[in-house]
Amino acid sequence: MRERIVGLLRRLGASVVDRVWRLGFAARFFGLILLYSGPSLRRFFLTVREIYFTGVLSLVIILVSGIFVGMVLGLQGYDTLQRYGSSEALGVLVALSLVRELGPVVAALLFASRAGSAITAEIGLMKATEQLSAMEMMAVNPIARVVAPRFWAGVISMPILAALFSAMGVFGGYLVGVKLIGVDPGAFWSQMQASVDVTEDILNGVIKSVVFGIIISWIAVFEGYDAEPTAEGVSGATTRTVVTSSLAVLASDFILTALMFRGG
Amino acid sequence: MNRLTLDLWVGCFVAIGLASLLFLALKVGNLSTASTGATYRLEAKFDNIGSLKVRAPVKTAGVVVGRVAEIGFDAANYVAVVTMKMDGRYKFPRDTFANINTSGLLGEQYVDFEVGGDTEQLQDGDVIKKTQSAVVIEKLISQFLFSKASEDSSKK
Repeated sequence: MRERIVGLLRRLGASVVDRVWRLGFAARFFGLILLYSGPSLRRFFLTVREIYFTGVLSLVIILVSGIFVGMVLGLQGYDTLQRYGSSEALGVLVALSLVRELGPVVAALLFASRAGSAITAEIGLMKATEQLSAMEMMAVNPIARVVAPRFWAGVISMPILAALFSAMGVFGGYLVGVKLIGVDPGAFWSQMQASVDVTEDILNGVIKSVVFGIIISWIAVFEGYDAEPTAEGVSGATTRTVVTSSLAVLASDFILTALMFRGG
Repeated sequence: MNRLTLDLWVGCFVAIGLASLLFLALKVGNLSTASTGATYRLEAKFDNIGSLKVRAPVKTAGVVVGRVAEIGFDAANYVAVVTMKMDGRYKFPRDTFANINTSGLLGEQYVDFEVGGDTEQLQDGDVIKKTQSAVVIEKLISQFLFSKASEDSSKK
C-alpha cells in the first residue's frame, strides 16, 4: 500500500518536473529562434518558401470556411434580429463578430490544424531521419536554417489569413442577408460602417491574429524540434501541436478580449 | 517548384491579404468617414447623462459634427462632465444648448446642439453652460401616471 502511494507521488512529481522542464526549454527555444532570426531573415527566400507552404496552401480552406461562417451568421443573425424588428443591424452583427472574434480565432484554429501540424511533422521527421544532426555536422545551424523561417512564415501568414477570413465572412453575410433574404443593402453597409471602428475593432482583430500566429508557430516548431525521433514520437508531437495550440489560442483570446474590450 | 513561381504565389497571397485588410478598413470600418482634420474640445456638464457612451455622436440638425471623447464625474458638484471632440470646420455660438437625445425609441443616445444666437463663438476648452439631461423613461412614465392619478382624483 505504502509503496503504491509513494510510487504515485513519485510519478506525479516526475510529470510536474517534466512539464516545467519542457516549459523552460520552450522559452529558451523561443529565445534561440529570435536570436537566429537575423541570419535567416537575411536569406528571405527561405521564409518566402515557407509562406507558400503555410499561407498560400491554406488559402482554400480559409476562404471556403470564411464564406460559410459568414453565411451561417447571416442566417442565424437575421432569425434573431427580425424578432426585434431590427434586421438592418445584420451587417453590424456579422461584421463585428467576424472582425473581433471569429475571424482571428477560427482562422487560427484552422491554421493550427492545417499548417501547424504540417510544420511539426516536417521538423519531427527531419529529426527522426537525422537531417538536423547532419546539418549540425556541416556547421549549419538547424534553428537558423529550418526552424526560424517556418516560425516567421507562420507569424506573417496568420494575420493575412485572418483578414481574408473576415473579409470573406462579411461577403458571405452580405450574400445571405442582402441577396438571399433581402435586407436593404444601404442599411446593411451604412450601419456596419457606423459601428465598426478601425482602431477599436479591426486593428484589435489584427493584433489578436498576430499574437495567435506567434503562439501557433512557436508551439508547432517547438513540438517538432522536441519530438522523440521515432514514428510514434512524431505522430504524438503532431497531435500535441494541434491540441496545445488550439487551447492556447482560445485561452489567450480570452485574455486579449478582456484587455481590449473592457466594456464602456 | 522554382523560385520565380514561388515568389509570384507568395506575392499574390500578400497582395490579396492587404486588399482584404483595405476592404475591412474602408468598406466595413469607418475609415472613409472618420474625420482626420483639426478638432477642438468642448465641455458640458449634465445632471444625468442616461446611457451616453464615449464615441457617441454630437449632432446639429442631424449632421454629425463631433464625437464624445470622455465622460467624467465632477465630485464637487455631483454632475457628469462630458468632453466632446468637435470637427474644427464648425464653430458654434456661446449660448448653444446641449441636449442628450435618443435616436429612435430604443436607439443609442447622442448629444444634440441647439444653436443659439450669440455673436461670440465657443473656443477650444470652453464649457457649454446650458444643458438638458437625458430623458429617463421610467421618470417619464411615473410623471405621466402621477398626473393621470391627480386628474382622476380632482374630477371626483
